[in-house]
Amino acid sequence: MGGGPAGRGRWQGRRAGRGPRRAQRFGPCSPRPPAHCPSGLVVRGPSARRLAVAARLQLPEGAARPERSMPGIVVPPGEARRSSDSRGSSAGSGRIPAAEGWLPRPAGALAPVSGVGTRTGGSCSSGRGKPGWAALSAAQGPERRRPLGPSRSPASAGPALGRWRFGGVSTAWTWTSRPPPASGQAPGPPVAYREPPRARTRPASAPPATRRRAGGCLALPPSLPACPSRPTAPLMPVPRALTAQQPRCWTVLPHGRPAPQHPAFTGGSLTKLAYYSTVQHKVAKVRSFDHSGKDAEQDHEPPYEISVQEEVTARLHFVKFENTYIEACLDFIKDHLVNTETKVIQATGGGAYKFKDLIEEKLRLKVDKEDVMTCLIKGCNFVLKNIPHEAFVYQKDSDPEFRFQTNHPNIFPYLLVNIGSGVSIVKVETEDRFEWIGGSSIGGGTFWGLGALLTKTKKFDELLHLASKGHHTNVDMLVQDIYGGAHETLGLSGNLIASSFGKSATADREFSKEDMAKSLLHMISNDIGQLACLYARLHCLDRVYFGGFFIRGHPVTMRTITYSINFFSKGEVQALFLRHEGYLGAIGAFLKGAEQDNPNQYSWGENYAGSSGLRSSPPEPCPSQRTRGGAFDLLEMDRLERPLVNLPLLLDPSSYVPDTVDLTDDALARKYWLSCFEEALDGVVKRAVASQPGSVDAAERAEKFRQKYWNKLQTLRHQPFAYGTLTVRSLLDTREHCLNEFSFPDPYSKVKQRENGVALKCFQRVIRSLDALGWEERQLALVKGLLAGNVFDWGAKAVSDVLESDPQFGFEEAKRKLQERPWLVDSYSKWLQRLKGPPHKCALIFADNSGVDVILGVFPFVRELLSRGTEVILACNSGPALNDVTYSESLIVAERIAAMDPVIHSALREERLLLMQTGSSSPCLDLSRLDKGLAMLVRERGADLVVIEGMGRAVHTNYYASLRCESLKLAVIKNSWLAERLGGRLFSVIFKYEVPAE
Amino acid sequence: MGTTFCWLGRRSHILCWRQKDVAKAWRLISWRREWRHPRKMLLNQLEAVAAIPARYDDNVDLRGGRADAQSWMNFRAFPWFGMDIGGTLVKLVYFEPKDITAEEEQEEVENLKSIRKYLTSNTAYGKTGIRDVHLELKNLTMCGRKGNLHFIRFPSCAMHRFIQMGSEKNFSSLHTTLCATGGGAFKFEEDFRMIADLQLHKLDELDCLIQGLLYVDSVGFNGKPECYYFENPTNPELCQKKPYCLDNPYPMLLVNMGSGVSILAVYSKDNYKRVTGTSLGGGTFLGLCCLLTGCETFEEALEMAAKGDSTNVDKLVKDIYGGDYERFGLQGSAVASSFGNMMSKEKRDSISKEDLARATLVTITNNIGSIARMCALNENIDRVVFVGNFLRINMVSMKLLAYAMDFWSKGQLKALFLEHEGYFGAVGALLELFKMTDDQ
Repeated sequence: MGGGPAGRGRWQGRRAGRGPRRAQRFGPCSPRPPAHCPSGLVVRGPSARRLAVAARLQLPEGAARPERSMPGIVVPPGEARRSSDSRGSSAGSGRIPAAEGWLPRPAGALAPVSGVGTRTGGSCSSGRGKPGWAALSAAQGPERRRPLGPSRSPASAGPALGRWRFGGVSTAWTWTSRPPPASGQAPGPPVAYREPPRARTRPASAPPATRRRAGGCLALPPSLPACPSRPTAPLMPVPRALTAQQPRCWTVLPHGRPAPQHPAFTGGSLTKLAYYSTVQHKVAKVRSFDHSGKDAEQDHEPPYEISVQEEVTARLHFVKFENTYIEACLDFIKDHLVNTETKVIQATGGGAYKFKDLIEEKLRLKVDKEDVMTCLIKGCNFVLKNIPHEAFVYQKDSDPEFRFQTNHPNIFPYLLVNIGSGVSIVKVETEDRFEWIGGSSIGGGTFWGLGALLTKTKKFDELLHLASKGHHTNVDMLVQDIYGGAHETLGLSGNLIASSFGKSATADREFSKEDMAKSLLHMISNDIGQLACLYARLHCLDRVYFGGFFIRGHPVTMRTITYSINFFSKGEVQALFLRHEGYLGAIGAFLKGAEQDNPNQYSWGENYAGSSGLRSSPPEPCPSQRTRGGAFDLLEMDRLERPLVNLPLLLDPSSYVPDTVDLTDDALARKYWLSCFEEALDGVVKRAVASQPGSVDAAERAEKFRQKYWNKLQTLRHQPFAYGTLTVRSLLDTREHCLNEFSFPDPYSKVKQRENGVALKCFQRVIRSLDALGWEERQLALVKGLLAGNVFDWGAKAVSDVLESDPQFGFEEAKRKLQERPWLVDSYSKWLQRLKGPPHKCALIFADNSGVDVILGVFPFVRELLSRGTEVILACNSGPALNDVTYSESLIVAERIAAMDPVIHSALREERLLLMQTGSSSPCLDLSRLDKGLAMLVRERGADLVVIEGMGRAVHTNYYASLRCESLKLAVIKNSWLAERLGGRLFSVIFKYEVPAE
Repeated sequence: MGTTFCWLGRRSHILCWRQKDVAKAWRLISWRREWRHPRKMLLNQLEAVAAIPARYDDNVDLRGGRADAQSWMNFRAFPWFGMDIGGTLVKLVYFEPKDITAEEEQEEVENLKSIRKYLTSNTAYGKTGIRDVHLELKNLTMCGRKGNLHFIRFPSCAMHRFIQMGSEKNFSSLHTTLCATGGGAFKFEEDFRMIADLQLHKLDELDCLIQGLLYVDSVGFNGKPECYYFENPTNPELCQKKPYCLDNPYPMLLVNMGSGVSILAVYSKDNYKRVTGTSLGGGTFLGLCCLLTGCETFEEALEMAAKGDSTNVDKLVKDIYGGDYERFGLQGSAVASSFGNMMSKEKRDSISKEDLARATLVTITNNIGSIARMCALNENIDRVVFVGNFLRINMVSMKLLAYAMDFWSKGQLKALFLEHEGYFGAVGALLELFKMTDDQ
């Protein structure tokens, strides 16, 4: 947020007159000025000239071009031109609202930055939701009249800019706002000026149509949030929990296709920008007190202190924008590279060749042209390895249409068919080895080009839309047209196409656009499918991934391609699609550029909060919705602290599916869980606010969180597949990501702190009573203790209600709530029998909740195992999730317990008890993505027992996980719906002891 | 029935034959091809029946004396036609006997004579029927008779007019069997029967294609070879048509480019399989051309295509990469995206019809070429024979196919072409006419 404060002052000053009304209408952070006061942006300095140039460019029609017909956007022809004319004039009112259009987040804040001169220093403290943002975002002008995705809204751009912190001042982007005429305060232009005679403002040199389009495209921001995953989060500034970042690696990817400025290209293609940022998160840290005074505990003081600190993590961002904006984009990059050490810019795609000179001249950076295919494949390998449920099969008539594939540990070899303008078919054998084995010139460009000629429809998406309505049988010559009715007796399918467009050669009549588009789509899809099959057969491959703009999430094309592959391969070859297909090249180029940072050695996780999901809706004719062909969506990948690997104890890593129920599949369960999460949202919001009592804006942020998560839930209601397979786990994780995004790093930190304190006090009493029992009774008591502890789960609504209303609810009450034996799933006898045998060598325990659960449930159990001579690895979450105990908390808790208990003390000292982190921040557990250190330790110590505790880890996930060693899965069902589904009641007990088959 | 026997003039003789005798007589005839004239043979044979050697076993199951007698008669009954009714074109081959004796001439019914005169004295029939005079096979001996084989085509949409004509000319009175193949044989069978009172003998398309091809290749093209290839296909200046000897044709990949495309792997005379096919064929070319340029005929479309330049329409590798794409060894001049330039409105507005026609032709041809190449690789066959009417007067496509095969396979694959591109199915059907009675 470089240069924020000063900018704010100025901006507020300029726009004072409008403040209150806007606040009233849109809330304090609203970037939207009222519709009738178009705050213009004046171009000053060299940029004006540049714009004038841009306005004269011959800009072709593009598929993804935002149209002037978007609601609320009225850009008269010649507008851009006028703006340049008005240079230097106080009355200048050329409205160039699109400054931020092509670069969603950062650009939004350009105005304030440049307005005041950027401070590149450390003033980047989080400015989330501070009033200043209202003024800041106000500068965005009136162009945003449609619902915006939260993270795209201009206000959100503020913090985003902070994250960029390039440090340059851009004259090119010195858009300043023209106060609204209505306010009467500023030298607003005469009304007449806004509608000057057009002829006068046109440069005589350019044909009107061209200029108009140019103006339009410059003036319009592509509406970023068209992705339905963030459909209706209007005007939500997204003050992220991050402040500063340094771009280290840059990738500009003018991707192969059309650039208006160059005759060789046509419009509407996308450039993808990938950048790497360091993100400052707020994290809650726990720290032991210095126990100088022994009476600390008696005074009911918490067992440790919590402090909120800033932590820097790395994040990969991918944004798309249209090639139309390439120059503007380059200006932007240039202006923000001033203080960085970047000397090389990675670029790939055909555009990299075309734009090389332009880029080098503008940025004075060396363009490192990366090979398209190399990048594509690097990216493909990256997503296949790092993003769960990346690949999916598209099934037209099934519900859901998307069937996601679990990540296979061995992704090679595979065939990648990239359908861009043309088609490239590549065989990928290893990380670095791949081979271009063929291609075809009949691809997306053919569909688009030929389709445009045939139907006079300019846009790719409109063509697809036409195609989805047409009947190809009117245009194609089918087998039944040639054979008459005899095809049945001959065993031929009469519906097979014998000759595409065959009827148009003979029938002397008009064909409808829809029918022709459909026929064309079939023709091209079938052809590609056929070639892909031939190549797959030649190379003995059965997995074919499809990508390229022809596919890019369009259900119509996925359907026809899948059909074609099935037809030609007779089911032997599987057509697979990728959720983040559009980013492969960008990711790959980035990885190439960042090789010194070794991105491949890290694990990455998709940030659900910052990424837009998969779209499924067929292209809509409404231009504001879908004209941009999925132009703008986002992908954010968080670099995880440590690499994640499979738990070595998994029986079959390739078939391991963490989640028990696939909610995309199970409509009933989906409905329930979505409602359940909706209902629980209020509580979470309340908790989040309560967790930050000192913060002035907590309520506001919490409200935004509510909005965002609510919207995500609504999206998922309609498109359960938006983020891969929908599961309870993904719902929980999304909630955590959203909370983090709004700076609620750990809403339960205080609760956990209090509960840990209370439980620690009871520890010795519990141990004493356990020790008093006989061996057999003690074993049962220990297990009951584990289960009773597990009742203390703020994630379960039934429990959190109890806990909220009855703070005295304690361990003993919880025990009484438990179901009596026999439990719902009860293999306790078997377990007891096992305990009578030789001790386990090493037990791996995944702990669940903090407080009673870990201290009075898990630790006594651990203590018993230790005294049996079993080593114990206690694995806790790396990051916070609900009231789950985190690794750092577990360290403190263990330390405190060790002070009270000699068994634990010596075990810790002798490293027979090891505290480890799982690498996860989820209330659930994915055994295929565990911290590498933990996995190594497990292997080293030869763990032969895995204890998984809690609903999230043992029921929602891993319930059916098969391990190579003994496992104990225990949980209390704290959800009556789930209990009923499993055949039990609330607080039913799952005690599942499994021994692998010999 | 009466007519037939009138023509033979020996009704009573035939009727008194037993069915077995008929079969035996027929077999003898087929074995003694030098007996050209059925009537003479018949007269001789009537006496010879009793002397048929015993080796002709009597186990042949026949339907009935009358029917058999009829088909046997029809075997020789002119006119001899073979028909291939495709999706776009009907291909008709007609054998014109040149060795008609005066006696025959005299006895030839009026109907038959008029058909012969009509077909052989014209080169165009109605508005759309055309005789490919240049393809005529002269002095051909077929089934013991000497004559010329004529190649006629007309659009499938004129089929109904054709049937109507058959009905008007009382074609059925000739009691000839029409051997027909192609989808239309099935589609129009009912119409032939109902309107023209003609029974179609339906034949498998691919069988006919292969038999016809092998036959025409074996008889040659009036002393010249039927099969040819292009020498130096990668060099437009040195590229030349050269004869190719297809004496030992197996295995070959046979690519039949009609409205759609079928690709067959042929391992011997009657061992073949259909590998695959594509719907992007001649019909697609013509259909798209009609839509894009407003042309109406194949000739028109090809004429335009010959004048056009597809590089204005297609996006080439160099348009994207500024030159060759070395990483994949792609030349800058290779087409990256067919019709790719048409994504831009400016270019759409400035493009000529000729360029569009050319681009359509190139697109379809290249696609067929690349599918054929993949099939050849998958089937491990290095000779690819292209046939079908898509290649008619279509030098552009032929050279392009020859080039593509050679270039992408680095000289491993050879593209072969045949003079009678689209007529093999019809020839195969005609050959079936001779075989037909044999089987029955």
